[in-house]
Amino acid sequence: MASRSLNEINAGSMADIAFLLLIFFLVTTTMDVDTGITRKLPPPLDPEQKPPDVKDRNIFNVLINSRDRLLVEGKPGNIKTLKEETKEFLANPLNKVDLPEKTLKNISLLGDVYVSKGIISLKNDRGTSYNMYIQVQNELATAIRELRDELAVEKFGMKFSKLINEDQTKAIKKAIPVAISEAEPEDIGGN
Amino acid sequence: MAKFIRKEKGGTPGISTASLPDIIFMLLFFFMVTTVMRETTLFVQIRAPEATEVQKLEKKSLVSFIYIGPPLKKQFGTESRIQLNDQFANISDIQEFIALERESRDEADKKFLTTSLKVDKETKMGIVTDVKQELRKVGAFKINYSTRKKHIAKK
Repeated sequence: MASRSLNEINAGSMADIAFLLLIFFLVTTTMDVDTGITRKLPPPLDPEQKPPDVKDRNIFNVLINSRDRLLVEGKPGNIKTLKEETKEFLANPLNKVDLPEKTLKNISLLGDVYVSKGIISLKNDRGTSYNMYIQVQNELATAIRELRDELAVEKFGMKFSKLINEDQTKAIKKAIPVAISEAEPEDIGGN
Repeated sequence: MAKFIRKEKGGTPGISTASLPDIIFMLLFFFMVTTVMRETTLFVQIRAPEATEVQKLEKKSLVSFIYIGPPLKKQFGTESRIQLNDQFANISDIQEFIALERESRDEADKKFLTTSLKVDKETKMGIVTDVKQELRKVGAFKINYSTRKKHIAKK
């Protein structure tokens, strides 16, 4: 009788112990997936090489001053309208003369598409807050993403992020490149 | 009713909880494996800005982090400082830092090295621009502005 009771260790509390450990790890775990906006920096400037001549109509100037105010194409801008303005600039749906030129390019899978020559030039002051800078970058990225989505839906019937085929992704990226250029830093003034 | 009672009489055996610990252990191991203990202690405060267009940072082992933010301890001042690994650093230290990061990676992976800038949102762009210039000089072109995902209500 005694030997039988010795043989069976009560495992009923095992679950409690495991629960305790589980809760400890649940609390300490921070499931922080690192997310962010990925950008590519341009290579350092060659002092002898002249900057390429870009027509004025092909440049979309975005300036952020030290007070976090925007100057879009020479006029005071608003972060809320920046996305729409950027989209109009890059797409140029009405072929206006003051908006960027488009060239007809043959891209595999897409056929002949118009590729905008527009470049967004982003310039900020040393005193600009990082938050504002990210907000502007975000708006620009949203504009490009939405344009890509529109093209992807038109050509492949699904959104850009849903595309599985890598060639399709590449084709869309070629048709609508991330044309954001950051100006060489300079002190515009004021802190 | 009679039917019901008959069933009761048959006596459904209680569900065995013997496998409960196993299930819990499974969960436990999952969390133990996924938990990443922070490698560096932060000396600067990082309140990441929010954005909607965020991408996941892939291949964590190929990412080197640069932290910029106001020091947590007030005796170091309130102005944003740069932290590399486990210590405060200056702009001039970045080139060496990137070189060391490159050296510790495989030859084949070197060109995929990403630099993640974890910057506090109150930081002024001046210091960030300086860092970016240094990264350009040293050839670390792939950067990632660390931001949190902002969820906006769909219209």
